[in-house]
Amino acid sequence: MHEVSLAGGILSSVEAAARQDPFARVSRLRLEAGKLAGVEISALRFALEALAPGTLLEGAVIDIEEPEGQAWCLDCAVNVPLVERGAPCPQCGGFWLQANGGTELRILDLQVEDH
Amino acid sequence: MCVVCGCSSAQSPGHDHHHDHADHAHPHADTASAVAVDARGDLHYGQGEARVSVPGLSQARTIRLEQDILGENDRHAAQNRRHFEGHGVLALNLVSSPGSGKTTLLCATLRALRERYPDLPLAVIEGDQQTRHDAERIRETGVDAIQINTGKGCHLDARMVADAYARLPLHQALHAAGHQHAHDHHPNVHRHVPAPRPTGPAALLFIENVGNLVCPALWDLGEAGKVAILSVTEGEDKPLKYPDMFAAARLMILNKTDLLPHLDFDVQRCLDYARQVNPQLQVLQLSARDGSGMDAWLDWLLAGAPQADARAARIAALEAELAALKQSSSEA
Repeated sequence: MHEVSLAGGILSSVEAAARQDPFARVSRLRLEAGKLAGVEISALRFALEALAPGTLLEGAVIDIEEPEGQAWCLDCAVNVPLVERGAPCPQCGGFWLQANGGTELRILDLQVEDH
Repeated sequence: MCVVCGCSSAQSPGHDHHHDHADHAHPHADTASAVAVDARGDLHYGQGEARVSVPGLSQARTIRLEQDILGENDRHAAQNRRHFEGHGVLALNLVSSPGSGKTTLLCATLRALRERYPDLPLAVIEGDQQTRHDAERIRETGVDAIQINTGKGCHLDARMVADAYARLPLHQALHAAGHQHAHDHHPNVHRHVPAPRPTGPAALLFIENVGNLVCPALWDLGEAGKVAILSVTEGEDKPLKYPDMFAAARLMILNKTDLLPHLDFDVQRCLDYARQVNPQLQVLQLSARDGSGMDAWLDWLLAGAPQADARAARIAALEAELAALKQSSSEA
């Protein structure tokens, strides 16, 4: 359940943003968690919802984008889609793959209200 | 149905619809205490319009953050890494599932290092949910250990490691040494730290993570590399089942090899699976119990946990291929 720690980190970032540029609450939080980022989306959502009451995130809509996995195939010398870690290159069937997409784990933006 | 408020607005999930509910006003006021698991994305605070695109109506605005969620941890990790590298400390993050023999391997490693290089400073940070058992086992080897109990936490994070490292005698010794010189965090200022070999780390720090093959994969502690320990009493397909960890590791240790004669564990298949998720993964096979394979592990440590040089391996393979082609064309 490392998603609880991640949710705590997200809340800290939101609070830090509010200190810099005060707002009353977040109406929408947009996150990006790539398919290869090692995060269970439903667990992350659950954790955020559990943490939200009494914080700036209370009542916020949470949108989580899930960029597809991508890897550089050293044999084909080209970027290929990677559905999961351990999957072969869809072109050559090899495993000389270096994941370079879908590993993102980021807060994109917040829609906030001042009152 | 709208996943935000449960209204029957016919848009797909993940959409961008206006949440003013003009068509079907429902009570929006008293939700302060109403957020529960099933109240997913309750928008009832949005008295006005939550979208910036409706001028005059809304006080809403968008703040772009574009921040890594693990950014705070990564900053601490970077600081740890500067600290470790500045003092020539090789820090390794040992990860595995519970029961892989991590602590036994660590104790055997510490004893062997003590024997081979009595002057090499060693220290251990032990992570568990609770108890001091592991740190006590380590201390019995004569090496300093600090226990971090994470409580309900499933992994160590970089700040915990920074706190623990600051309390280790190893840190104080290296710092005291450093302060006799200009403290510029350059490895060479610590020449008087006993160096058992002309090159290699000035000290070794083992961070034994919480036994968990999932969560610790994401947390950078500032280590030089993660070492994943897999024992042959576990399934050979664990690298495929827990790919994030094996993808994040620099070295995999296949432990308890003394038990292989009693098991149906297919070593080659296990290594194939591991390289499938991480083609650059280095592998060592050993038994902490009977000591076989331990020398290669110690050599790897004292070489500073070298990274696999994938490019060099690739170039060598291509050169061999080219040479073979040249030969076959000259013969033709």
